[in-house]
Amino acid sequence: MTTEAHVHHPNYVKIWAILVALLIVSVLGSMSHVRVVLLIAAFGVALVKAYLVAKNFMHVNVEKRWVPYLLIMCLLFIAILFAGVAPDVMKQSGLNWTKNPANQSVPAGAGAATKRE
Amino acid sequence: MSASAKPIANTRSATGIPTARLITWWVIASEIVIFGGLLASYIMHRLGHPEWADAASHTNTLAGAFNTFVLLTSSLCAVLAHKAADAHDGPKAAKLLRLTSLGGLIFLTVKGFEWTADIHEGFVISSGGFWSFYYTLAGLHGLHVLAGMIIMLIVAADAAKNQELQRVECIGLYWHFVDIVWIFLFPLLYIAR
Repeated sequence: MTTEAHVHHPNYVKIWAILVALLIVSVLGSMSHVRVVLLIAAFGVALVKAYLVAKNFMHVNVEKRWVPYLLIMCLLFIAILFAGVAPDVMKQSGLNWTKNPANQSVPAGAGAATKRE
Repeated sequence: MSASAKPIANTRSATGIPTARLITWWVIASEIVIFGGLLASYIMHRLGHPEWADAASHTNTLAGAFNTFVLLTSSLCAVLAHKAADAHDGPKAAKLLRLTSLGGLIFLTVKGFEWTADIHEGFVISSGGFWSFYYTLAGLHGLHVLAGMIIMLIVAADAAKNQELQRVECIGLYWHFVDIVWIFLFPLLYIAR
């Protein structure tokens, strides 16, 4: 059985060259001491690179519409996980709770949460 | 082998997507949740622990960048193999898949040297929160690279005989996903300090 061509193949070498150029940008940006430049070089460039790979190498854009919906739904689950768990990890106290005082001396995020009486 | 004797994954397309590719997308969707959960946990802990930046400064950015280059190049080989398979050129697709697999081997070799250096410096998985995440994330990713390499060599063996060429695209999709995971691991573990 042979494969059925369902995509138009762009110039992959050109896309690879763009990806390598973006990699160089992120490495050069990592040498910056300006926090905004560092964050853009690290994560902004990573997002662009991931988009280019998904679009041009994985051909997500020409796949049946529910495939990107499926992938986005999975990413949404991750966002829900983050939103639900991050406050416990990153905060020392909330509206009705505070972390166990015995754990206050350990670095943030390592203590267990206990309900305030 | 006649088409009727083939596994259903190779012959059916009830959703408009060949079943083999459909399964690959579901695998990728589940992998998004696995890696996404780990990455989200790492990010929230990292934001809660600014002192982890000191530990992160010990990672080798150059090695990480080189490995990113290797994976990007191997992804290029994988997508060129897909293009060759679409053109019914199985031997060329097989050659490109083997090159992709070689990229995976180079990646793992560099990772091996990097980890050896880290361990000799005293940074092991129990050295702290950052190192626990570092070894878990990079280790799980490395296992995916290894699995991809093995499957790719099996697919290449059939492709060389112009058989089961539809599998070339499926293993390529998986490999690109592994590449995307590394695209995010690189800044998180090597650049953000």
